[in-house]
Amino acid sequence: MTATGSTAGAETMELAQGVQGRSLWVDARRRLFRNRAAMASIIVLGLITLMAVLAPLLSAYAYDEINYDIVSCAPGWWPWAAPCSAGGSHWFGTDAVGRDLFVRVLYGARVSLAVGLVATLVSLLIGVLYGATAGYLGGRIDGLMMRVVDILYSLPFIFFVIILMVLFDRNFVLLFVAIGAVEWLTMARIVRGQTLSIKQKEFIEAARAGGVSSFSIIRRHIIPNVVGPVVVYVTLTVPGVILTESFLSFLGLGIQEPLTSWGVLISDGANEMETAPWMLIFPALFMAVTLFCFNFIGDGLRDALDPRDQ
Amino acid sequence: MAGYVLRRFLGALPTLFLIVTLTFFMMHAAPGGPFDSNRRLPPEVEHNIKAAYNLDKPVYEQYLIYLDRLAHGDLGPSFKNKDFTVAQLIGIGLPVSATIGLSAMALAIFLGTLLGIWAALRQNHWQDYSVMTIAMIGITIPSFVTAPILSLIFGVYGISLFGHEFSLPVGGWNGGAFANMILPVTVLALLQIAVIARLVRGSMVEVLRANYIRTARAKGVPTSRIVFRHALRAAVLPLVSYLGPAVAGILTGSLIVEEIFGIPGIGRYFVQGALNRDYTLMMGVVICYATLIIALNFLADIVYALLDPRVRLT
Repeated sequence: MTATGSTAGAETMELAQGVQGRSLWVDARRRLFRNRAAMASIIVLGLITLMAVLAPLLSAYAYDEINYDIVSCAPGWWPWAAPCSAGGSHWFGTDAVGRDLFVRVLYGARVSLAVGLVATLVSLLIGVLYGATAGYLGGRIDGLMMRVVDILYSLPFIFFVIILMVLFDRNFVLLFVAIGAVEWLTMARIVRGQTLSIKQKEFIEAARAGGVSSFSIIRRHIIPNVVGPVVVYVTLTVPGVILTESFLSFLGLGIQEPLTSWGVLISDGANEMETAPWMLIFPALFMAVTLFCFNFIGDGLRDALDPRDQ
Repeated sequence: MAGYVLRRFLGALPTLFLIVTLTFFMMHAAPGGPFDSNRRLPPEVEHNIKAAYNLDKPVYEQYLIYLDRLAHGDLGPSFKNKDFTVAQLIGIGLPVSATIGLSAMALAIFLGTLLGIWAALRQNHWQDYSVMTIAMIGITIPSFVTAPILSLIFGVYGISLFGHEFSLPVGGWNGGAFANMILPVTVLALLQIAVIARLVRGSMVEVLRANYIRTARAKGVPTSRIVFRHALRAAVLPLVSYLGPAVAGILTGSLIVEEIFGIPGIGRYFVQGALNRDYTLMMGVVICYATLIIALNFLADIVYALLDPRVRLT
């Protein structure tokens, strides 16, 4: 946007002083603020994130504090089962080894959200650079680069992640990288498509005529202009990544004890569901609400940034 | 057409080669091996076992041996399931996985399309909102949550229908009995129903605004005929191109579903193979899945071209 602004003539500048100008972003923000589902989702998601960050302060219990006297206790307010004598102060009850479930759900939120964000960042970085390069260079290089993406698309990627996790001993960092490396393909396609249309614009031609290097053009002029669709896709990638992580954790290939994630908690809860349903309900609820929020925000952003359907 | 098929077939070969190579070297780059165990074997025994499976040779040589065998259609013996070759294990598991996967896919396409059409016809009415809300829930609740909940409700507590008490089996395969398939297929289909309903609704809403639909309406064509004959054909196009990824999704989902319901499909073999470092079994399953995905993507492209006369396969 800055580039188009700088090429604008002097007359438009004078005109703009009389009328309050509205940039694309201001417009988009206004539309987003009017979308109630998206705004509510942002607030709820903010609360969950805040709770996850402040987890140690919010609970009197440590996330790995085992207490065999209060195994699988119902929450104090649970109407269908009598809580254990010491179960009253556990808001979400306790798990199969007597750990406080509330603090574990929040620690699970930390891991799940962190995996979601970091893996998405990895995919963002690879996808945007790859897509912008392919789109900008065009021609034979573009064809080759996109052919690679096509091939990678037909790989059963979840299997690679599983193989990686098994063989490299459930390495935490590797989990981020592996999932991120799976998710960048669609990002690369989106960015390439956008780049192809943007590079025809006059301001790119102007930059090239001015002797700006290809790398600088990609970095300074192309990437800022593909932000819209990328942001939308990012908000839709995060829930996908959280699901993938929980899926791996469910198979026992994700986060290892005593650390936890929503997938681990749900998997534990599913085993105890008949006797201790709260162990499934609370982590599943948190995860479902979070995924809901991301999806609503993604939809809201799409509507806000793409005014065609208004 | 024949040229197109041939070209696609030849194009798939390098992809498969890449998959084989990547998987092979990834497995061998990792520390540990299939015959590492806590029990210390005498060195000569260990050496003999490794030699029997060519594991004592350098990795590139093992790779060449594997490629050579593969070219002859031999997936090799399973390292861990003695007395079985990988091809035999896949032969046992694949029909089971395919039955579940295809049933789930058929169910999802049928119900998802119907729900999507219904929502589109009642756009911005309560029917539309309720279908879309349910679809959103279907997308956000993972199968490993729905699976235990459904088995608790329908399997453990049972349901009462026409005065009879029913309860569905919550695990096992039982030779493919219908009752054993209901829960796994439902769980597998739920996510896809949700995605397909959203997809079809979106494209249907757009198609219903098209001029040719208005013309048909003006001519007095009955609504059912407009929807199912004229609009649907255009509206299912995005669905057809989604089928490739959807099949991949069903395969991934079946890993979980097979694990939860104890179904002897190839998804379970893969997870077990990975945990046991059964190299040949893992390779076999990955190759099998990759071939399936490539084949079904290809099929989706053909169906697309059949439905949309604007697309030419060249």
